[in-house]
Amino acid sequence: MASKTTAASADKARRSLSRRRLLGEGGALLGSAVMGSIGGQALAEQPAPGSENLPPNIPDWMKAPGADMGSQPYGTPSPFEKNVVKNIQANLPQYISASGRTPIGDLDGIITPNGLFYERHHGGVPAIDPEQHRLMLHGLVERPTIFTMEDIRRFPSQSRIHFLECSGNPVYTKPYGKTASDLVGLLSCAEWTGVSLKLVLEEAGLRPEAKWLVAEGADAAALTRSIPIEKCLDDAMLVYSQNGERLRPQQGYPLRLLLPGFEGNMNVKWLRRLKAVTEPAYSREETSKYTDLMPDGTAREFTFYMEAKSIITRPSGGQQLRQKGFHEITGIAWTGHGKIKRVDISVDDGKSWQEAELQEPVLTRALTRFRLPWHWDGEPAVIQSRAIDETGYVQPTFAELTSVRGVNSYYHNNAIQPWRIDAQGQVTNANA
Amino acid sequence: MPMRKSVLALVALTSLAFSVRAETQGHYGIGRPATDKEIAGWNIDIGRDGSNLPAGSGTVAHGREVFEQQCSACHGEKGEGGVGDRLVGGQGTIATPKPIKTVGSYWPYAPTLFDYIRRAMPQNAPQSLSNEDVYAVSAYILNMNGLLPADATLDARTLSAIEMPNRSMFTGDPRPDVKNPACEKGC
Repeated sequence: MASKTTAASADKARRSLSRRRLLGEGGALLGSAVMGSIGGQALAEQPAPGSENLPPNIPDWMKAPGADMGSQPYGTPSPFEKNVVKNIQANLPQYISASGRTPIGDLDGIITPNGLFYERHHGGVPAIDPEQHRLMLHGLVERPTIFTMEDIRRFPSQSRIHFLECSGNPVYTKPYGKTASDLVGLLSCAEWTGVSLKLVLEEAGLRPEAKWLVAEGADAAALTRSIPIEKCLDDAMLVYSQNGERLRPQQGYPLRLLLPGFEGNMNVKWLRRLKAVTEPAYSREETSKYTDLMPDGTAREFTFYMEAKSIITRPSGGQQLRQKGFHEITGIAWTGHGKIKRVDISVDDGKSWQEAELQEPVLTRALTRFRLPWHWDGEPAVIQSRAIDETGYVQPTFAELTSVRGVNSYYHNNAIQPWRIDAQGQVTNANA
Repeated sequence: MPMRKSVLALVALTSLAFSVRAETQGHYGIGRPATDKEIAGWNIDIGRDGSNLPAGSGTVAHGREVFEQQCSACHGEKGEGGVGDRLVGGQGTIATPKPIKTVGSYWPYAPTLFDYIRRAMPQNAPQSLSNEDVYAVSAYILNMNGLLPADATLDARTLSAIEMPNRSMFTGDPRPDVKNPACEKGC
């Protein structure tokens, strides 16, 4: 009882402290949320409300003990970061088959926090008791087998960092998104832990005539995709953990198929069944959906790979450069075909390009962070990035892409994304 | 030494046991056999050729009733779409600037309709329709698309025999199909 009371009063104190900070420092806080904070000089000239916490004064939060250890058994971000959440569209016709985006413009590094990982579901998010979950492996195998989750975790494990991207990220048609998240937020990256699919297939005795694996989820869509056997025997995994903890329900708890570099929906969540077969299932998701319609009326099917792509996340749409001078341009690049070899940046509307620095380690089929130091002269500018992967493939412009595929192709838009910066430093989508 | 002999015999026996086990189990001995009954309950995939379609049948007329009760709230009275996808019409639009993708205009294989409706529809209660109702509502959707007469009955054989109009329009993946010369200066 006593400790509960202490925790409650500490919580109350913290809330009132938070309120004071939010009220007093509102302007400065908003400034730090976008690129470039208000300079110290400006603050010294016009003392803002709340300046009692600034030098030479002693900040409020040093004058009393903070919250108790354990006041958050599962830690959450600072209340000052409460606006960094998934980008979920309002007023969708329904939210059962829908998607929510990662706020990539607000994140650093290459790992997406689990709570901000993008979501795309076709029949809602099932609540699965792992004790009652089973993986059935059947079809062209010597020993049709049922695995419990405990079974799956008994196999030798591996951990690897890979991105996942929805194939409709973004679509080709208007309205174009305003922010990096609106445009390319169906993209995240995590460290995945699980077992090599090859090992599990060998355990059941995969027969040589098996050419495809049909994977099915235990969701209300029983989502079904066919995977070529070459991928299954290469780097495919059955994963149960993400960034060190068990998968989140939105990411397929308790078991997900992971196909590094392949479009998101094939990485079947809540995986309950794998059937080894000689030809694909031609399921609804791989015929009427997730096929790429061309201007001549033909449609490409089994378009698995996500091609090389990049986007500048800072400065990006919705942000503002608050002063001239030094700014770092940074963003992320990735390719389903291996490693990113180079990222070029243009700050003059595509007239010239210079090479960005890549953050090591550059990993296969993972996000790669790039950076370029930049001096903004205060004049309007258009900035953009272009990724080149280890196969030599170069990320195309939107014009190059649509000259081949038209604008009704819906999936696999990996075009260069330009941002316009106006004289006030406001950043907007240069395509819009 | 008898002791050594028995150890050797034990080793031989153990390795024999392992080699026998290797045929009935995998290397790690993880998992248990799936029974035919268990597989039959979960193996709901229907091939594009109609393989694995269940027994039973349904008429267009009954399908209309099922559609009105189970589908029209989302897909519209005549399959014109709403919260759910448009299901009817659009034939002849796929190669135009405003393609309308429906079952009739875009789907390459009719048996996929049975597969998808059974596994995922209606969205609020998937896998709740009887096989007869799934045949019937598939028949009605095909009928509304002009692909089945109004007096037709659909079963495994007749559903497999339907040729979808857009069937020949699907191709493989030709990517990389777009080239950027990666200009560096004076672009």
